[in-house]
Amino acid sequence: MAYPSELKYTEEHEWVKVDGDTVTVGITSYAAEELGDIVFVDMPGAGATVAKGDTFGTIESVKTVADLFAPVSGEIVAVNEALEDTPETVGEDPYGAGWIIKIKMSDPADLDALLSSEDYAAKL
Amino acid sequence: MNEEGLIFEREVPEGGCLPLPGDEATDALAESLLAGVTLRAQPAPLPDVPEWEVVRHFTRLSQRNWGVDTGFYPLGSCTMKHNPRVNEVAARLPGLARVHPDQHPAQVQGMLRLLKTLEEALAEISGMDAVTLQPPAGAQGELTALLCFQAYHRSRGDLGRTRIIVPDSSHGTNPASAARCGMTVQTIQSNAQGLTDLSALDAALDDTVAGFMLTNPNTLGVFEPQVEEVCRRVHGAGGLVYCDGANMNALVGVARPGDMGFDALHFNVHKTFSTPHGGGGPGAGPVAVKRHLEAFLPVPRIVEGADGMLRLDSEYPQSIGKVHSFSGNIGPLVRAYAYIVNHGPLGLREVTERAVLNANYLLSRVREAYDLPYASPPMHEFVLSADRQKALGCRGLDVAKRLLDYGFHAPTVYFPLIVSEALMIEPTETETKRSLDAFADALLAIARECEEQPDIVKEAPHRAYAARLDEVLAARRLDLRYEPEEEG
Amino acid sequence: MSLATPRDADGRAMLGVLGLGSAAELFDQVPESIRLSGALSLPGPLSEPELLAHLEELAERDLHSGKAPCFAGGGIYDHYSPAAVDHLIQRGEFLTAYTSYQPEMSQGFLTAMYEFQTLVSRLYGLDVSNTSLYDAGTGLAEAALLAYEKTRRNRIVAANAINPRYLECLRTVLGPETSSDLVEIPPKGGLTDLQALEAALDDSVACVIVQQPSALGTIENLPAVVEAARRVGAKVVVCADPIAMGILQPPGEAGADIAVGEGQPLGLPMSYGGPLLGLLATTKDFVRILPGRVVGATVDRNGKRGYVLTLQTREQHIRREKATSNICTNQGLCALAATIYLCLMGPRGLRRVASLCVTQSHRLRAGLEGTAFRPLYKAPFFREFAVESPLPVEELQQRMGEAGFIVGSDISALTGVENSLLLAATESRTDAQIDAFVSALKGVA
Repeated sequence: MAYPSELKYTEEHEWVKVDGDTVTVGITSYAAEELGDIVFVDMPGAGATVAKGDTFGTIESVKTVADLFAPVSGEIVAVNEALEDTPETVGEDPYGAGWIIKIKMSDPADLDALLSSEDYAAKL
Repeated sequence: MNEEGLIFEREVPEGGCLPLPGDEATDALAESLLAGVTLRAQPAPLPDVPEWEVVRHFTRLSQRNWGVDTGFYPLGSCTMKHNPRVNEVAARLPGLARVHPDQHPAQVQGMLRLLKTLEEALAEISGMDAVTLQPPAGAQGELTALLCFQAYHRSRGDLGRTRIIVPDSSHGTNPASAARCGMTVQTIQSNAQGLTDLSALDAALDDTVAGFMLTNPNTLGVFEPQVEEVCRRVHGAGGLVYCDGANMNALVGVARPGDMGFDALHFNVHKTFSTPHGGGGPGAGPVAVKRHLEAFLPVPRIVEGADGMLRLDSEYPQSIGKVHSFSGNIGPLVRAYAYIVNHGPLGLREVTERAVLNANYLLSRVREAYDLPYASPPMHEFVLSADRQKALGCRGLDVAKRLLDYGFHAPTVYFPLIVSEALMIEPTETETKRSLDAFADALLAIARECEEQPDIVKEAPHRAYAARLDEVLAARRLDLRYEPEEEG
Repeated sequence: MSLATPRDADGRAMLGVLGLGSAAELFDQVPESIRLSGALSLPGPLSEPELLAHLEELAERDLHSGKAPCFAGGGIYDHYSPAAVDHLIQRGEFLTAYTSYQPEMSQGFLTAMYEFQTLVSRLYGLDVSNTSLYDAGTGLAEAALLAYEKTRRNRIVAANAINPRYLECLRTVLGPETSSDLVEIPPKGGLTDLQALEAALDDSVACVIVQQPSALGTIENLPAVVEAARRVGAKVVVCADPIAMGILQPPGEAGADIAVGEGQPLGLPMSYGGPLLGLLATTKDFVRILPGRVVGATVDRNGKRGYVLTLQTREQHIRREKATSNICTNQGLCALAATIYLCLMGPRGLRRVASLCVTQSHRLRAGLEGTAFRPLYKAPFFREFAVESPLPVEELQQRMGEAGFIVGSDISALTGVENSLLLAATESRTDAQIDAFVSALKGVA
């Protein structure tokens, strides 16, 4: 099971891809497997602001619902609207087409608290 | 095969309509009497079907459904016992079925006497002081009791008590009901025997605790031997203790929650007292409380005057209000009354004894083939784990689905949460030894199949009213109502 | 011999297998300090024939609508239930089934519930429905919660006369804090006072509730209420009678967001006020947070169409304290009865029932012209209307009971008029019964 080394991770099983002052956020393959078949992703609208640790949405499978937590503070600049029609993409391609939101960071120091792929794998 | 589509597929334009009084002139008169009122643009889009097609359709649907009447239905904590038909006759007596809740009390003394006697019987059975019959289901009963707890603490100026403690083995309605009252919920872990961990409880108790909710016997079917101590400790911290009475089929006539120290309890009449489950209701969840909580019960209450006349009284200023539009689910309550009176005190005790005997016997027949993670002797139900079968590739769900092929309804699966691959089995007292043996034989056969031909288990059911249904698709592509095909 | 006690041979055999001397040994785990030593003090036992005789004796003490035509209303009505309804719901496969957690064993019930959801949403002119709630009162509470969830506001405005019992349920279920957040606009002439409503609306209002017909029996102008609510972005909840939907503009057509209703008129007996049937329908917006159980269509492994409970992740057994509602058991068999009722009635049947409610209630009202029973409002009405009685309502109830008629209780708290009550006439009230009733009223005045 891969936890791509170029990404950063949270303890709540999100991955973070850094691109300048914007990050892309999704859930790890571990989380996707634990959830099982994803049926719905509840995402906020673009433009909303989030604080690190806030719940920004939920991800639903047949048997459970999990909260999605913002890994950094900032403004949500993009939301993966394709997931409205094909939520299963999160499970099929969690690190690529299954991305969930993009946040423009208000404090890049938030990145320091994130885990590397080795640290994340060790915590599992 | 008895396949059956939707009622909409049986429509005959202009072919339906039960003969009713009146004619088109009646409809025209009504329209003219409502001149100036905005009426429906089109007639209500209901299916137009003759009576015989309606009867045929629903008869065929019933043949694709499983009830206790059809066969063994061992759902844990649901108490799927036989529903005596005399109770159906009783509930349909016109003096009970055709009375309006707003009638003058002098006109409904029979109904009121029945309800009052039922309240007294439930108080006696639970060892409590006062009863409300108003909550229309167990979960609503929980809500009612928790609202009474909240009102009690507030009436004493104790506004900081806003937390409810539940064990991790509790039924989901417990924390949901607590959250519904606006209280926070703290879950404590059970100990290695699946019982209340007293040190975990102590750690959770302080002056912000409103109450502790406990099911006894618990959801593993095991009696809490320390229940009196649990109640003492919660009371010592100023909290109240609630008994989820879903498992009363193990206790009626043997022990009473009131004597154990509980302050309030709800009954599920559709479990313990045989009222039919009806495909998911209606049930009723009466709540019994100790004297100190009586003032907070919902209104109206049934009171008896000096002349022996019963009436409804809403003059209770501390009442939490209403949890039902009227006085509760009277139909099921009438059936519960009939059941209690039919059995009498010794008969009810025999029911309890047989329920526990049946469960223990059934367990003895299957425990060699399945794990029993909590080995204390169970009362009326027990929880197996299909972990051994999971190691062979067959999960608890698969075992449950394969039971359908053997002609049995599956037990409850994946509950309680503290048992992995849980199969929660409650036979009830209304099963013969022959019936229990057949079920045990099926479980043993399936355990063998998991070893020898697991695929047949994983792909079950093969002979139910449908093959395994795609629940993922149902949640992804929501289709919650019939839409006719667009005309080309 | 009671049906619930199996034969002794089985009991002895099982005790033998377990190596026990008596069933009492099974309870050794119950501490002696709390084990009962004697029998409970309870009525019975009565054998089946004795039981029926006892219940018949109790029932005989009651004045019921089979003996005395019922003119009471207020949410529970004496409608006719077609004979096939009660026969079909007593089929054991329906009556004794549990909730459809194993869909492969419950396709019958699930199919019927899919039909129920279809019919309820169509009746109200909205997009989706669930498989029922307990009653209209708790339904109103659930509707308010939906509005809270979507708007994140917390005030509720009751636009017209709402059944006080429903409001009491709303207050209780939503908690003590709600009392300050619930604003009731007093009606004018028995109808919504639009000016007062508009004055009370601002962007702190989550939803406006309007009952149709109102608790005073009057017929409201729904679009006007909807428009007022829209201007402040509040949701509109219509508590709409299902029989009235046979003729009146349904909430969806008027632009409402949520409809709730009391389904007792759809084939259920009055039964002293329970079991009832909470109806709920909403626009698509609320589908993911609908309370209660929801049935969805799907396919099985062989590609055949089937039905399952879906969206269960919102429910108590999965979300626990984060559930959108705590509801578990609902009103399954009652929903089945209503489905069968609506299928037997069809569009023309339901329309006819509604028409008769109008014609018969209007005949009753016309008959009261010149009597001491003064109707309180001139507004249009559907099935019932409020009158002022020349004598205290309790006394009227007793005197009319002696004359062989059932009337309901005092509603002065709702009307502000002493000695007032509702008089209702459904399709079950014949011209002869109405005329006899009017004569009897004149006799006691």
